[in-house]
Amino acid sequence: MIISVASGKGGTGKTTVAVNLALSLNNVRFLDCDVEEPNAHIFLKPRMNGKKSATIPVPEVDEAKCTYCGKCREVCAYHAIAVLPESDSAKGNVLIFQHLCHGCGACRLLCPQGAIKEVNRAIGVIEIGDKDAIQFIHGRLNVGEAMSPPLIRQVKAYTNNTKTVIIDAPPGTSCPVITAVKGSDFCVLVTEPTPFGLNDLVSAIDVLKRLEIPFGVVINRSDLGDGNVDQFCQDNNIPVLLRIPFDKEIALLYSCGIPLVQKKTEYKEAFRMLFEEIKSNIVR
Amino acid sequence: MAKQIVVISGKGGTGKTVLTASFAALAKNKIMVDCDVDAADLHLLLSPVVKTRHEFRSGRTAVIDMKKCQKCGTCLPICRFEAVRPDFRIEHFSCEGCGLCFHICPHGAIHMDENVAGEWFVSDTKFGSFVHAKLGVAEENSGKLVAKIRQIAKELAEKQALDYVIIDGPPGIGCPVIASLSGVDCALIVTEPTLSGLHDAGRVFEVAKHFNIPVKFVVNKYDLNPAMTERIEEFCRTQGVPVIGKIAFDTTVVQAVVEGKSIVEYAKCPTENEVRKIWERINRGL
Ligand code: SF4
Ligand code: SF4
Ligand code: SF4
Ligand code: SF4
Repeated sequence: MIISVASGKGGTGKTTVAVNLALSLNNVRFLDCDVEEPNAHIFLKPRMNGKKSATIPVPEVDEAKCTYCGKCREVCAYHAIAVLPESDSAKGNVLIFQHLCHGCGACRLLCPQGAIKEVNRAIGVIEIGDKDAIQFIHGRLNVGEAMSPPLIRQVKAYTNNTKTVIIDAPPGTSCPVITAVKGSDFCVLVTEPTPFGLNDLVSAIDVLKRLEIPFGVVINRSDLGDGNVDQFCQDNNIPVLLRIPFDKEIALLYSCGIPLVQKKTEYKEAFRMLFEEIKSNIVR
Repeated sequence: MAKQIVVISGKGGTGKTVLTASFAALAKNKIMVDCDVDAADLHLLLSPVVKTRHEFRSGRTAVIDMKKCQKCGTCLPICRFEAVRPDFRIEHFSCEGCGLCFHICPHGAIHMDENVAGEWFVSDTKFGSFVHAKLGVAEENSGKLVAKIRQIAKELAEKQALDYVIIDGPPGIGCPVIASLSGVDCALIVTEPTLSGLHDAGRVFEVAKHFNIPVKFVVNKYDLNPAMTERIEEFCRTQGVPVIGKIAFDTTVVQAVVEGKSIVEYAKCPTENEVRKIWERINRGL
């Protein structure tokens, strides 16, 4: 089963929910797909025992074969290639702008001379580790790198069907989030009871509806704000799976990177209940 | 030329938008931009009246004509974005518009459609003009949309001889963040005294450094963990960047948000006082 934890707005407690859920269950594989700001490791403190570079394929031109026909430039939808044709005075050249390349492979497949091969460009790293019974994998996007979805896909390749897979998704509603939550059996949306929380929750729900992923809501700092998130969920038949009230002690634990369930064990039961709720919502 | 100031955080939810709205209230002769196009919230504190709205077209999406498709299967394995479904329909969300399937389909069954990826607006608010946007759900290219609205704001600022462009930035360190940072006069990083806050602020700081942007720090809710605040200040000292304000945890801020107001309009309180000082210190540094 794949459960993703997402939130339209950042900082609502997404990682808190994902981490504590993982710590309350058995047989978990944890995938931190928030590759721009991976944080789950701060709380889980896994022992890392593997690391590999995450790459995307970018083209490289074999000058001996290239006729400077310009086909590759023409097919590249991202303007990542420029071709300078040959003239009497100068030899031609193919320029590749690697940071614009999405690694789609079109230029290689469509070059009539077979002059293009692909080489790997690093965009980040994937680190693998474990924490007790939890298998842990996260991606870390290189600073200055614009493209996170390929890295997210590579982290997601570690999905394992015999386990409960928990995905910590990036915040927002655009491409990286879609890449992370796609294929989940259920998505937990974490929000807070403020106009910001509600506004971003509504967008996140829109995404999940289009992806046809069942979802429920966790309200964090549930006693700070107003009642509009609750009202909204009630009006739209959205299950509120868990409420976590604001508590300075919880905030302090969080700030030190200590998972809630380790110090406030009563929450372990709450997260197990959350899991049961999730399961019953999937069946429905 | 108008000074451009962006408020960012790395990690979401640290109080970025609340601060931006306060600067909007405090600055004179300014225009506001919400570059968090993926989860735009600033409008909730500025009550904008939309003056003009514009489509944001970006990229293309593949469409398979079922009447022409012979189900030969060529397109399925070549798409690197898992966008061709086994029933030979294109999953709109996953398609990155690379066009490979379009070029390679032996039966000419695929065409590329131009994509409307969102909308952007120029609005009037109680504090002045405001450029904002709504990225369509599940769209990409938020970086391009950010670049677009920043350019519009800059043009308006020049036309109206304004002094400031005040930008609410997106979380993270990816494409839209890079687009929000480029060419600004000051990036204010708002963080909170948590390990994750420090971790993420550190990463976004690296991005700003990478692009040579002058940076200042603010620690929000600093009293929730004074020891961690100390660590952030230490980090800033070693990096040679100033911490220009520390805001205490204050539920008045949440109340102000619930009322749809910036904290400086909402109440005279220690938070409001500190925010004013932060704005003065930003100005002194420009
Ligand atoms: S398509 Fe091939 S032969 Fe033509 S310019 Fe590009 S690399 Fe050279
Ligand atoms: S792989 Fe795709 S995006 Fe990259 S250069 Fe080739 S055609 Fe352009
Ligand atoms: S390549 Fe063209 S004809 Fe073949 S399955 Fe795809 S769309 Fe249909
Ligand atoms: S245009 Fe590119 S991304 Fe879209 S379906 Fe075709 S091959 Fe896949």
